[in-house]
Order: sequence, then structure tokens, then C-alpha cells
Amino acid sequence: MAITTMTKPASLPLDLAKRYGIWILAAAVMIVLPKIFTSGAALTTMCLMGIMIVFSLSYNMLLGQTGMLSFGHAVYYGLGGFLAVHAMNTIAADRLPIPLPLLPLAGGAMGLLFGIIFGAVSTRRAGTVFAMISLGLGELIASLSLILRGFFGGEEGITANRTKMLTLFGVRFGPQIEVYYLIAAWCFVCIIAMFAFTRTPLGRMCNAVRENPERAEFVGYSTQMVRFIAFCIAGFFAGIAGGLAAINFELMNAVNISGAQSGVVLLMAYIGGVGHFFGPIMGAVLVTLLQVMLSDITGAWMLYFGLIFIMMVMFAPGGMAGLIMLHLPLWQRGTLLRVLPHYAVMAVPCAMGLAGLVLLIEAAHHQLVKAASDGPAMKLAGFAFASNAAPPWIVAAALLGAGLWLGRRWAPRLTAAFAEAAR
Amino acid sequence: MTALALDDLHKSFGATPIIRGVSLEVAKGERHAIIGPNGAGKSTLFHLISGRFPLSSGRISLNGEDITGLKPYEINRRGLSRSFQVTNIFPRLAVFENLRCAVLWQMGYRYSFWHNIRKATDANDRAEAVLQQIGLAERAMMPAGLLTYAEQRALEIGITIAGGAEVVMLDEPTAGMSRSETAHFVALIRKVTEGRTLIMVEHDMGVVFDLADRISVLVYGQIIACDTPVKIRSNKAVQEAYLGQALETEH
Amino acid sequence: MLELVIFSTLNGVLYGMLLFLLASGLTLIFSMMGVLNFAHASFYMLGAYFGFQLSQWLNFWTALIVAPVLVGLIGAGVERWGLRTVHKWGHVAELLFTFGLAFVIEELVQMVWGKLPVDYRVPPLLDFPAFELFGTTYPAFRMFMLLISVAIFLVLLMVLTRSRIGLIIQAALSHPNMVAMLGHNVPKVFMLVFGCGCGLAAIAGVIAGPALVTQPSMAHVLGPILFVVVVFGGLGSLPGAFIASLLIGLIQTFAIAINYSLGDALASLGMARPLQGVLSDLWQVTVAQIGPVVPYLMLVLILVFRPTGLMGTRES
Repeated sequence: MAITTMTKPASLPLDLAKRYGIWILAAAVMIVLPKIFTSGAALTTMCLMGIMIVFSLSYNMLLGQTGMLSFGHAVYYGLGGFLAVHAMNTIAADRLPIPLPLLPLAGGAMGLLFGIIFGAVSTRRAGTVFAMISLGLGELIASLSLILRGFFGGEEGITANRTKMLTLFGVRFGPQIEVYYLIAAWCFVCIIAMFAFTRTPLGRMCNAVRENPERAEFVGYSTQMVRFIAFCIAGFFAGIAGGLAAINFELMNAVNISGAQSGVVLLMAYIGGVGHFFGPIMGAVLVTLLQVMLSDITGAWMLYFGLIFIMMVMFAPGGMAGLIMLHLPLWQRGTLLRVLPHYAVMAVPCAMGLAGLVLLIEAAHHQLVKAASDGPAMKLAGFAFASNAAPPWIVAAALLGAGLWLGRRWAPRLTAAFAEAAR
Repeated sequence: MTALALDDLHKSFGATPIIRGVSLEVAKGERHAIIGPNGAGKSTLFHLISGRFPLSSGRISLNGEDITGLKPYEINRRGLSRSFQVTNIFPRLAVFENLRCAVLWQMGYRYSFWHNIRKATDANDRAEAVLQQIGLAERAMMPAGLLTYAEQRALEIGITIAGGAEVVMLDEPTAGMSRSETAHFVALIRKVTEGRTLIMVEHDMGVVFDLADRISVLVYGQIIACDTPVKIRSNKAVQEAYLGQALETEH
Repeated sequence: MLELVIFSTLNGVLYGMLLFLLASGLTLIFSMMGVLNFAHASFYMLGAYFGFQLSQWLNFWTALIVAPVLVGLIGAGVERWGLRTVHKWGHVAELLFTFGLAFVIEELVQMVWGKLPVDYRVPPLLDFPAFELFGTTYPAFRMFMLLISVAIFLVLLMVLTRSRIGLIIQAALSHPNMVAMLGHNVPKVFMLVFGCGCGLAAIAGVIAGPALVTQPSMAHVLGPILFVVVVFGGLGSLPGAFIASLLIGLIQTFAIAINYSLGDALASLGMARPLQGVLSDLWQVTVAQIGPVVPYLMLVLILVFRPTGLMGTRES
């Protein structure tokens, strides 16, 4: 692959569009979305997505960019959120002249502060040990959150009222739509800031430390210092996300700071793809969407999440972004169309296997959890059957088995076609 | 002027002594080769000087400044850079990115997260210049892990010299290369270390006698001789200990 | 007071030995394979639930034998068809795989046995007080737990120091990259070690199930403490893990037994509480409440003062 330095006499508007087009598009999408999806539920979901995008991007500064696997990132998110809630209450009580839109900064400061404190301890080690320390620190704060009731409010948490703050231009942030635009604006700014971070000397050295910490030490960089600064900055953005969450929910409780929350952000970043900047954005959007939708449809939705995650780790470690980028060379070469028929063929066993698995999980879930109270009769995708009868189980096993068998048989053809197209 | 001075270095792993009292002075601008049989401790000596392993005892000074016990990155910042015997690059970063990472500290960017790296013209220019020097301009945007072996070795040297260190240490730069590649590589090394102090470990006697101003012979953790190539060739002790066999196998 | 000390020591040693049953497996797996098994506590939970189910269908004694074997087989299967596939993506992917596995196991357990604790009873044969001291009785089942865990500890010690496979494992502990060079079938050894580690965890589950509470959250309550034990003791060090297990077992047990707050201490000295406001809670927190936090505080402290852990030599 040779690089050709093209020196085209570029027209200025075109150049600008090329450079900033993606950002203008992103901003436009964020502005227009609530006009298309107007329902209250959609708006709530989109607010959550905005918060989670910031949170998962901040997480990816650690995992994707610097190669630090953290199991305790919710600490900075949660502490930022709790501080923001307290700040809201204090500002409202003392009538301080601080408007709501600045509040996420308080969350960010809290995240940064604890990033500095805990980062100093945990970034002394890398790799697996770092992962365990982050877990320990996460548990430490999670247990403390149940003990220190004054700050964390115990099980119920701390509530606040966002409308009681200084009003600017008559916007009181009462209606959800106003909160949406606040979150969207912060989300937009944070995405740009975090993207810019990848284009700085430190951002590049983070990659270098991820790739080969030893060599980074021999070109003059203390890997510990690189990890530490990255950790602090990630804590800052996680704190901002927490502050946004505090504004959105007007409530922070122990769940927001728990290990489960740390697990969710890891899931988002990884499923989206940690190898590319836009991966965690996709992950945050998709996982939030699935969380909202799946939890309505099935009681076993957490199980599906776990399985999707394991599948991703096993077969697509690059996440969705990785899968998409895999096709970029084909797209550039114009050979993408050639593999599509093979994908269509593979879709058959995949659909069979998936249907079998879903039927299996749903029937099992119904039989084990619901049958005792609601009886064995159940419905899935329009079919009605009894979870304690043999046929659904036989069908499920047959679908799953056949899907796996066919999939294994046909996979080499797809691989060959893909290799051919990529050549 | 002395660039690097080693004073009675000792290193043991557990109870096993590997380096047993090495003292050496390398002058500024000198090309110094360290040779010796396998297991003599050449690579260990490199690791000691560059701060990868801690010393058991002894003192190392760089340009008159004591660097004993400093961390690798502190030593690097003081102007000593090294390459590795086993290629040690940033495999998933582009070749150009590899080189740019190697120049950032020396260009004063340190831990900056307020500079746009695209506008860091001096760092980009330097990386570009090194890229040209090592002949990998065609490969600039390729992930370094996909380069051929010889190209990776060239990149390894590029990363080592890119920061502009005055003292350059190369650990078996031509290991595993064919004859024609080696010849090309000697020219490359000569070119990129112009005006700097070079210390190298090398097995290929042709390369050593071609490049070095002085040669040290390390046997069982001790330097048994240190002299110009001509005198080393005729040194009895060296011939007995090592060079005889090496020269024989060479021909 | 003496009564409290004696009983707490007994309980603490017992808890510590249970921790070590888990930590030893975790250490072995980590040292040999480089895999930090996030799901290790989940296998412990599976052990408890299998033990419960089998003692319902058959009896406790059969369960004690069969449940660990079953869990060990599941563990070996996980290694064979899961970890081995992920291995090529590196250690982080392996860790993430076991993380997902822990998630899935918890969900499955919830689905099969429900979210509430199950009624896992002490077998009738051991349902009597072992001895009485100062008017308080100590259950025989706890003595039995102690006996089993000490016995397994001794067997493990014997295997590691006297047998051929033990020597290989020891070699692998100190020189993780050397196993392959010994000419052993590495994948098979890995599968064996992983299966046995999971089996050990399951034994702990079967015997701890009736005494502690068998519920779906038992894995993620214990898991992080397990990691603390392993890091605190020093990664890859079995003696370190042993000391750390006992230490954390004792500290946690004693902490729970002491119902005393900082405020009380100050009051008994005749001092007022200096801090008011948000942090005033600090004075009302009792030592018992601090109990669960102590291991994590220990983790932070050891990292500040001795980053390699108590007896560890490895950096990462």
C-alpha cells in the first residue's frame, strides 16, 4: 500500500465540509431527533443515550486508548452525579447565581478529583492487576455509599429539583425536551473534546503505551504517568456524565455507583468496539436501546446481554465498529457487493440458530420463572404453546442444532469469498 | 570527552553472577562494538546501561552525569537511546506514528494534551525525515506489525535514533538478516549515527570490523580486551577465548 | 470478651480457609494460564446450588462428591470451548470472557432457582452442637467445614510438593513461560488446572452453602474479596494467598463481632464529635459496618506501601 500525497487545488467550502461535515451532521441529527421521535418514552431514552455516550467514551479512553481494563469506572460517574445533586440542592437553598447548564462541570471536577486520588494508587500497576485494583476500589466506594448516609443517602439516594436554579432566558429545564437539548449540547461538546484528545501528543502516547509499554519507556515516557493522566481525564468526563445523569433523573442512588453500573459501561464500550473512536458511541446507543426495549419484551433480557457480550468477546473482539471497519477496504475496492450474496446465504443458519436459542431461553424462562404462577401457556412471536410440552423444546433444539451445523459447513465459503474480495 | 563511562558494574541473577566487574569508557563520537560468545552477558550489559535491569553494584555515568539507578525513561531523556535484539515496536500503530511517538518527548511535547498533533510541525517533520532516512516512506501509513522482518529492524533503528539521542546503543542490529540486507544495513547505521556515539552488540564480524573504531571483548561477564579492530584481531587472548572460532566459522 | 475472641477466631479461621479454597484455585489458574478467572466465585456459587439440588434429590454426602466433579467438568468445558477460542485475542479478552460468564451464570442461577435464597439445610447427621463454651454452643457442621477445608489444604500441599504434576505446576508458578518447554501437552494441562480450580471452588460452595446463605448474589459478593486476597497476598504466590485468606477471614469476622463506633470511642474519652454536616455519619459508623470495607482498604494500603503484594514477585 503506497501513500500518494495528493495536492489538489481544493475549493474552500468543500474542504471545510469534508473536515467538519461529520460534526455538522452529528449536531443536525441531535437537533432533529426529538422532532422525529416525539413520544415521552423516546425522549427519555434519547436523554439516557446522550449521558451514556459521554460515559462510555470516557471509559474507552482507558480501555481502548490506553489499554487499561477498569471494573470500577462508575465510581467517577457516581461521585460526579452525587456531587451534582448536592450542588443543586445547595444552589437552590442558598439562591446562588449559578445556572443549571454549568452543573455538569461540578460533576466533572469531582470525577477529576477522585481520578487523581485513586489514579495515583491504581495506575502504579498495569494489566490484570490494574483491573483487579479498579474492581477493589469500585467495591470500596460502593460499600461506603451504603455506610455514609449523609452524602449518599443510603438505599433511597438523594433527590434534587433542577427547576429551582437560576433561570437564564426563561428556560427553567422543567420539561424533558429542554433537558434533552442540555444533554445533547454537553454530549456534543464532550465528544469533540474527547476526539480532540486522541489527536494530541498525550493521546498518541496513550496508544503507544497500550501497544508496547516497555518501548514507550525507552522513548522517554513514564508509562505510569501516561496512564495516570489518561485516568484523571477519563474520570473528569465520567464525572460530567454523572452530572448530566443527576440533572436528568434529579436523583442519585447507590445503584449509580455500583459494580453493576461499571459493568454496563464496559459492556457498552466493548459491544460497540473499543478499537475505534465511534465504537463506544454506537455501543451506548445500541445497549441503551436494547435495555429499554428488551426489558419490556422479555424477563431474561440480562441473560441475552451476557450472551451477546460473550459472543462478541469470542468472535468479534473489535465489536460492532470493528466489524464495520473490516468492510471498509472492500467498500473502497468496490468489491463489497461480491460478498453480499454469501452473507445472505449465511443469514439462513444464523437466523435458525438465533430463533432456536431464543425459543430455548424463552421457554426455559417461562417454565422456570412464570409457569408456577401463570401456568405453562405462553406466546412467542405470535405462536402460542405450552412451555411444559415437548414440541417447543424439540423445535428449539432442532433449530439450534441445524443452525450450528449448517453455519459450520458454510462458514469456510464465506471466509474464502471475503478473502477473495479483500485481496 | 567521555560520553559513557561504566565503573565496575556487577549483576547477579539470584546467586549467578552474569556481569562480573565491567569498566569501560566510550568517547564522544566513537563507534564502539561489544563482541563475545553467547551467554557472555552482552545483552544484560545493555539492559543495565539502559536501566531495564537494576545493577547489583557499580556506577554508570552519561556525559559526566551519574545515571545509576535511573528509570529507562529518565536515562532516555538524558540522551541515551537503545534498540532491542527482539524487534520491539508499536505493532498496531502506523509506521509514521511509531516514529512520531519516538520524537515527541525530545521535541518538548511531554504529556501535552493541549497541542494538536497535526500542527506539531517540528515533530512531524522530524518523523518524516527519519522515515525517509530508513527508507520506509512508502510504508508510512501501514501498521508496523505488517512490515517485513528487515523493514521492522529498520524501523527499530529509526525509533532508536529519531529522538536525536547523542548516545545510541544497538543490540544486534543485523541479526537474522541476509548478506545483501546486512550490507544495506551497515550503510544505514553509518548514515543515521553520523556524529553520534554508537555502542553496538554484534555477532557478524564483518559488520563489527567494518563499523567499529574500538572493540571490547566480553567473556563470562568480564571485558578481556578493549582496543582497535586491528589490535583485537591480533590479540592472543581474544583469539584463544573467542575470535579464533568466530573467524573460522565466518569463513 | 474471651468467648467472643474464641468464637470469632474459630469463625475467622473457617472463613479464611474457605477463602483459601477459592483463592488457591484462582492463583493456580492465574499463574499457569495468565487468566484471571472473573467467574471463579460463580463456580463456587454453582457448587453451592448443585450441592443444594443434589442433597434434595439424594443426600448431602453424595452431593459433596458429585457436585464438585460436575462443576469441575463444566469448568473444563468452559476452558475447552470458550477460553481456548479467546486465548488468541490476549489476556484482556480472556478476562472479559470470564466477566461475561459470571454475568450469564448469575442470570441462569436466578432463572433456575429463583432470586430468593434457597433452603439449603445442614445434613441431619451433623445437625448438633459440637461443644459449649460460656453458655454458647458451636455447631458441629462448622467444625466439619473446618475439617474438610484443612484436609483439602493438606492434600493440595502434598500434591504440590510431592507429585510430578505438582512439580510442573510449581515450575509454572515461578517461570510462567517455561511450561511449554517441558514438553507437556499444554492445552490439556490448562484444561486440567482450570477444571480442578473450579472443582475446588465448588467444594467450598457445597460446604459453605448450608452455613452461609445460598443465593444468586453470593458470587458477586465474594468475587471482589477473592481478588483482594489474591492481590494482597501477591499474584502467583500460594503462601501469600494463604496468609491473606486467613488475615481477611479473621479481620472480617472480628469486625462484624465488634459493635462499636468511632463516636462511642470519642464519647468514652469524654470528647465531642468534631465533624458535623455531611461527614457526621463517620462517627456513627460502627466497626461492624466497616467490616465489608476493610478488605478494600487493605488492598489500597498494600498497593501504596508494597505494590507487589505480601509475597508477590511478579509485576503484572
